Amino acid sequence: MIKVINPGFYSSIQDLGRFGSQNFGVPISGSMDQCSADIANKIIGNNSIEALIELTMTGCSLKFEIDTEISITGSDMSPKLNELSVDMYSVIEVKNGDTLSFGRIKYGFRTYIAFRGGINSEKIMESKSMYVGLTKNFKINKNDEIYLNDSNPSLNKKHKASMNKLALSDEIECYKGPEYSKLTTQNKDKLLSTQFSISNNHNRMGYVLNQIIKNTIKPIITSHVMPGTVQLTPGGDIIILMRDSQTTGGYPRILQLTDRAIDFVAQKGTGSLIKFLIKN
Amino acid sequence: MNNYKLKYFKYNTHCLLISWPEMIDEKINNDVNQFKVAIESSASNILEVRSSYCSLLVIFDKEIQDIDKIKSNLNNLYLSRESLSKTDRFLWNIPVCYEKSFALDIDLISKQNKISNNEIIKTHIDSVYSVYLIGFLPGFLYLGSVDKKLKIPRKKQPRLRVPKGAVAIADQQTGIYPQESPGGWNIIGNTPINLFDKFKVEPCFAKPGDKVKFFSISEPQHKLIEKEVEFGLYELKKELIND
Repeated sequence: MIKVINPGFYSSIQDLGRFGSQNFGVPISGSMDQCSADIANKIIGNNSIEALIELTMTGCSLKFEIDTEISITGSDMSPKLNELSVDMYSVIEVKNGDTLSFGRIKYGFRTYIAFRGGINSEKIMESKSMYVGLTKNFKINKNDEIYLNDSNPSLNKKHKASMNKLALSDEIECYKGPEYSKLTTQNKDKLLSTQFSISNNHNRMGYVLNQIIKNTIKPIITSHVMPGTVQLTPGGDIIILMRDSQTTGGYPRILQLTDRAIDFVAQKGTGSLIKFLIKN
Repeated sequence: MNNYKLKYFKYNTHCLLISWPEMIDEKINNDVNQFKVAIESSASNILEVRSSYCSLLVIFDKEIQDIDKIKSNLNNLYLSRESLSKTDRFLWNIPVCYEKSFALDIDLISKQNKISNNEIIKTHIDSVYSVYLIGFLPGFLYLGSVDKKLKIPRKKQPRLRVPKGAVAIADQQTGIYPQESPGGWNIIGNTPINLFDKFKVEPCFAKPGDKVKFFSISEPQHKLIEKEVEFGLYELKKELIND
């Protein structure tokens, strides 16, 4: 068992997400930066489906009451085991009684901690990803107890991490959204030439940008949106929908991020700069 | 059967958006859902099909390569959809308490639309609504269309906390909040029933294409039904729709 001494600003259990229930209005959820989460699992020989911990902006503090192995990827929040720095993107051996903690955030915004065997927590609608109203809690709280699945280490073949540092990019690749063609030429130019910055209104559901684009498109009749959909509100705000995105929306959908670009946005915080780039 | 001119749009590497003429219309929505069933029962390489008012999102299990071929296959399927999809549809009777303690915006609608509170309730109960889609929140039913007399836009400033079960109106639509959430719809009542059961394979009792009718209950009845729901004793009345 692993005891949560300090949960940090916003930490949650995530996996690949909750697929197949979107017709009932259930968000997909899952790790915001899927690539970093996947690498974390692979480093310790887990299958990609295993649930892990996602940290947001600040680290957490965990006390281990078991021997296990962990790996840490994504944002560098200066991880420490018993107050001594440990390497990210590597297998970290942990002994019963050890404490994992974090320090200053150096780059990125979200960190992943994978545990050998994966987290054994409640599975709702085929996923362990925490979400308001579905799982008992929507984030990890102080004194929570985290249990792991049994694993047979001999069966686990550890992968060497394919990259040893988080890739950070300001260029956000996207496709044209369903309503892109309704934008004026001037607004299309503005959308693709402006260096946007992330406002302080951002979370697992969506990121609102600071700059606005004067909206001349009528609202649409409620239709499908998904993680990575970029909406333009009547007031001209630009919203990038993220993993906890609602399933439908009525704002024009001007762009759709590539899967990889969603991971890049997930590593951005307030003030980070981005530029949209249309991929054909 | 009317064949609509459908538009196909590649949304991302795996998703295709199919759009009908853009309007809230029962015939169009029925066609959307009929095509959904036809795709689900006959097309291969498809993970999931999601429906909305006048569009479908088709999610493929691998990257979309030959878009023209996919379009022509789907269009052929569209033309033969009638023989492929037959599902039972139901009319659901949902209890709603319209009393003041729940009807937070009834006075506002009364004032803006120049209609008495009793007339609002009567008008809301008299209509039979179509379930157009489930979205926004797990189990949130988008129902339409609301009588013109009750039409009112969303609030400019959404409420931070709309209670679970709130029955509300936005434009031509009415809906029920399945859980406490922020929301900008105008609240006229509350239902004690559950709209979403995460432990069921089919977590929502209604599906797009079904119909809903509301009936009025008192505050004590609301309390009683709430208890019955809690202990699994309340059974929602439903009727099979024959058309």
